[in-house]
Amino acid sequence: MHLFRVIAFYSVLYFFGTITLATENNPKVVSLNVCTDQFVMLLADDSQIISLSEISTDILSSAMAEEASKYHQNNSGAEEVYLLQPDIVFAGIYTAKATVNMLESLGIRVEKFEPASTIEQIVRNMQRTGKLLGHTERANTLVANFEARLTDLTTGINTRPRAALYYANGYTTGEKTLAGQILDLAGFSNIASEVGIHWGGTLPLELLIMSKPDVIITGTTYPGSSRSEEILKHPALKPLRHVSSTDANWVCGTPNIVKAIMDLQTIHPDKMSTK
Amino acid sequence: MNLKLTLLILLIALFFLSLSTGHTTASFSQGITALYYGDGPLGTVMRQIRLPRAILAMLVGASLGVCGAALQGYLRNPLAEPGLIGVSGSAALGAVISLQTGFATYVWMGLPIAAFSFATLAVLLLLLLAGPRGSSLTLILAGIAVSALAGAFTSLALNLSPNPYATSEIVFWLMGSLADRSFEHVWLALPFCVIGWLMIGSIGKALDALTLGEDVASSLSISLTKTKLLLVFGVASSVGAATAVCGAIGFVGLVVPHLLRPLVKGKPSTLLLVSGLGGAVMVLAADIAVRVILPDRDLKLGVLMAIIGAPLFLHLIYKTRSALQ
Repeated sequence: MHLFRVIAFYSVLYFFGTITLATENNPKVVSLNVCTDQFVMLLADDSQIISLSEISTDILSSAMAEEASKYHQNNSGAEEVYLLQPDIVFAGIYTAKATVNMLESLGIRVEKFEPASTIEQIVRNMQRTGKLLGHTERANTLVANFEARLTDLTTGINTRPRAALYYANGYTTGEKTLAGQILDLAGFSNIASEVGIHWGGTLPLELLIMSKPDVIITGTTYPGSSRSEEILKHPALKPLRHVSSTDANWVCGTPNIVKAIMDLQTIHPDKMSTK
Repeated sequence: MNLKLTLLILLIALFFLSLSTGHTTASFSQGITALYYGDGPLGTVMRQIRLPRAILAMLVGASLGVCGAALQGYLRNPLAEPGLIGVSGSAALGAVISLQTGFATYVWMGLPIAAFSFATLAVLLLLLLAGPRGSSLTLILAGIAVSALAGAFTSLALNLSPNPYATSEIVFWLMGSLADRSFEHVWLALPFCVIGWLMIGSIGKALDALTLGEDVASSLSISLTKTKLLLVFGVASSVGAATAVCGAIGFVGLVVPHLLRPLVKGKPSTLLLVSGLGGAVMVLAADIAVRVILPDRDLKLGVLMAIIGAPLFLHLIYKTRSALQ
């Protein structure tokens, strides 16, 4: 009996010891970008996350706003981030250059991530984040789940209704952008491609009406008033079938795009019956 | 009579030209047919996008032309113009504040009411500063101050907006554009514009009398106070409503009466009507031009008007420089 207790005691000690060891070895991080915020939340242990960007809790931009609210938020200023003493800073390649340069000159390791617009880029960003955080296995599992989910969602699509993405100021995005990819994966063809817009560009309201899309997906509208967004409520759009608005799931190339695809497929003729 | 008819024909021609200007490749006759009978997308384009745009161009142009002529007649000063003396800028400030505070959303006609109120304040302030026979210098300086203040507060209000797009719209409010406006905007502006025109139209005779001096006008039993009030509210109403939906478009009220004044032998009451027609012609033409020059970039009307108007303004300053000293 005594021996058993001793063994139990030491095994518990050993068990906790390895955990403590593992957590101590894994780097502590600060993220400055709403997309890297999500990668970090998906892959890191709680104890590894020192701070996330301020907009990580903005429900209009962050797909994991609720989850992010339990972490500290930073204003992405060099001084503040330096004082948090992270091992690695996660930033986007468009994060303010001055901040990134300052942090690097202070000897902080800054990892810059490209915004992902394709599935390959999303997978690459996930694996890279996993490696940096010391959770390669976790990243591989997540990637496998993500890819399986995508295969599941994209099979059984026979028709491709024509859809238009329409944002403030009459902006639309083509197949080379993340939103274009989401639209494509959900089983819709994009009218931006028909008018030769592959990345992003202005689609005049007249051309939108004349191209007669089957469905129209508009951008999120922000609080407060703006003339830029008034176009989304233009009476000329009424005859078109407006189905939904893009939301936070459309903002970042992360596995959360699965939710955006699922939302879109609720109106896809080939997928409606299976739901 | 001949001049009015010419302007009217020009106006109708430009109206149809405006209706046939756009991105769609449909021919003129297809477009016009679709305007009446089209059920498909072309009908929507013609009725919901191009028609309100052309109507608004006329509404805004006529308002600015009439108000320019009225202000110049009352102040007997060819430099008085709603944009230059800060009335348009103040109206834009009122519009921005009402949009950002939600007043425009929750109060019926809130947008034009707010623009009208701010424009009224601006006109009153200017008349107070410049006096009934205000010198050009006082008027222009007061206008600069009012414009600067209104522009600064417009920018501030847009910067403080929780909407990320609002900041980029400073240029719209300061320069004006008719792109993608709808009939909602026509219905918001139309009543205020028409009321303003009627008010200003009713002081035509008084403006004629004023050309002979205040004493003569008084002896002809013309009430100067009534004239002044009708002018203030008339200008504020039509410029306010026009600016509330299209932003501040400058120089129309300067250029149009200047070009037409010699043709009506300087008679203010006739100038009011022809300036209304001329203003509508000018803004319609300018709005066609911005779509032809830069079809994809929403070139602001105020930019084009400034290119045309500013040299004329400088010319007028040069001509009246002895009076300015």
